[in-house]
Amino acid sequence: MTASLKRFAATLWQADGRRFPAPLSLLLVGPLVIGLCVAFILPVGRLLAVSVWNPDFTLAEFVHITESPLYLRILGRTFLLGGVVTVLTLVLAYPVAFLMARLSGWRLAVATACVLVPLWTSVLVRSYAWIIILQRNGLLNSILTGLGLTDAPLPLLYNELSVTIAMTHVLLPYMILPIWAALRTIPRDLPLAAQSLGANAVRVFFLVVLPLSLPGVASGVLMVFILSLGFYVTPALVGGPETLMVATLIGQQTTELLNWPFAGALAALLLGITLLLVTVFNRFLGLDKKAAS
Amino acid sequence: MTSHAHSAPAANAAARRQNLSKLLGDALLKGVCALIFLFLLLPTLVVIPTSFSDTQYLAFPPAHWSLRWYVAYFQDPEWIGATLFSLKVAGLTTVAAMTFGTLGALALVRGRVPLKGAVRAVVLAPMIVPHIVIAVAMYMVYMKWNLLGSLTGFVLAHTVVCLPFVVITVSAGLQKMDPSLEMAAASLGANRLRAFRHVTLPLLGPSFATAAAFAFITSLDEAVISYFLSSSTEKTLTRKMFEDIDFDLSPTIAVVSTLIIVMSVLLMGTIEGLRARAARRAKA
Repeated sequence: MTASLKRFAATLWQADGRRFPAPLSLLLVGPLVIGLCVAFILPVGRLLAVSVWNPDFTLAEFVHITESPLYLRILGRTFLLGGVVTVLTLVLAYPVAFLMARLSGWRLAVATACVLVPLWTSVLVRSYAWIIILQRNGLLNSILTGLGLTDAPLPLLYNELSVTIAMTHVLLPYMILPIWAALRTIPRDLPLAAQSLGANAVRVFFLVVLPLSLPGVASGVLMVFILSLGFYVTPALVGGPETLMVATLIGQQTTELLNWPFAGALAALLLGITLLLVTVFNRFLGLDKKAAS
Repeated sequence: MTSHAHSAPAANAAARRQNLSKLLGDALLKGVCALIFLFLLLPTLVVIPTSFSDTQYLAFPPAHWSLRWYVAYFQDPEWIGATLFSLKVAGLTTVAAMTFGTLGALALVRGRVPLKGAVRAVVLAPMIVPHIVIAVAMYMVYMKWNLLGSLTGFVLAHTVVCLPFVVITVSAGLQKMDPSLEMAAASLGANRLRAFRHVTLPLLGPSFATAAAFAFITSLDEAVISYFLSSSTEKTLTRKMFEDIDFDLSPTIAVVSTLIIVMSVLLMGTIEGLRARAARRAKA
């Protein structure tokens, strides 16, 4: 029995070259693909399908979105906030990545920890922390009134400001890490060579370092913008009624109104924009080629 | 001769100016980065002291210190129930994602998979599709399948989300591995299975540890999908936290947050440390 099992295993393993033969490969990858089709592709596909089959093919839900000023405003706000957060994270991330690329030893370890600890901390925990900091009698307001900068506590929480701060905080590591990775791969001789040829520090940065770091900047920008479009938890907890974003709207349409066709249409829109951005990015930067090599 | 004597001090002055501006630039860069690091760490630095507060309401810094909220957390069956449920979901998710993900990665890296591009797209898709879309889609289907608030439902959903990480991490480990090591084992008389068991698997250890830790933390941390799939009786820790942050903001949340921070940092820090050590050893 075991001998025949062993022989069977041996035939499965014996491939020409070092690759597994196709039957074994299929056996290995099959459960994964079938599982994902049932638990992931099917639900998402069904949600997208109900947006256009109701019961016959119709684009009414999409027309409904484009004809309503309220929904267009929510879409616009989502993009605007995503853009603002992307720019803010880029401005904050670049100096940090630049510094980290020059550090080594324990200094690098400490800097890396500063970036990774928030990344490993739950979004819920961080939203809660921003409430403590930004609320009416919170940390920031008590510092401001203590310094005599304001007489009354400022309204810092449950508005666009708090959502922007909290989202920037959540997404900052996603911007720092790819830029740092790009800067790290620049050979040290390159800026030195430019310098010895007479370029000053500013010129070296703009002519050598910055262009070489652009792939990292691009992946950071893409990742942060895409993630910001789908944000649910942070706006829901630290935002107010006037910070309603697409993700929150999708949630409301399902849990409160059970309006599946409309939720499906919004989901299709969000997914479509995300896929479009990823595709454009891949086309221009050849992410596939890089990943393959 | 005279021109040389004339230019040397000028060059010196220019060099000094350049040095000074470089020093200033360095100081400025470090100052700015210190502020950004403070911004990154601020929430963590605020939550931990808050958990040791003695007051009913949220105040920072706390006026008096106590462990009363820790006691409250450990005595609250709802919090403990949600915590244990989340740990159970995370554990089962890790096992499921590691099993299917590792097998899939083996086939994708070492095997002949037809339509490899399509298979890879399906495996990586959960990473690109916004979580709110996955959450709402699963909510709709789970309602029909009667899986809302069920252990099976959560494990299924979290496994989907964790699989891309596992496949990427294990694939990277497999690709980085030197195939000549397996060949050496084979040339010394081990068959493929033996070579795989005694050479490949141990060498994949660090990748496995990283992937498993990632899957566990991702499941434990997952807030959006868990929010939609929870029921009023069966809920994850993240759903319970969401409700409490939304409604009463008691310092118990700070306690839970502190425990989660400590656990995540310990787990991920260990993994990061192991990885750094492996990288150093590979270099040496």
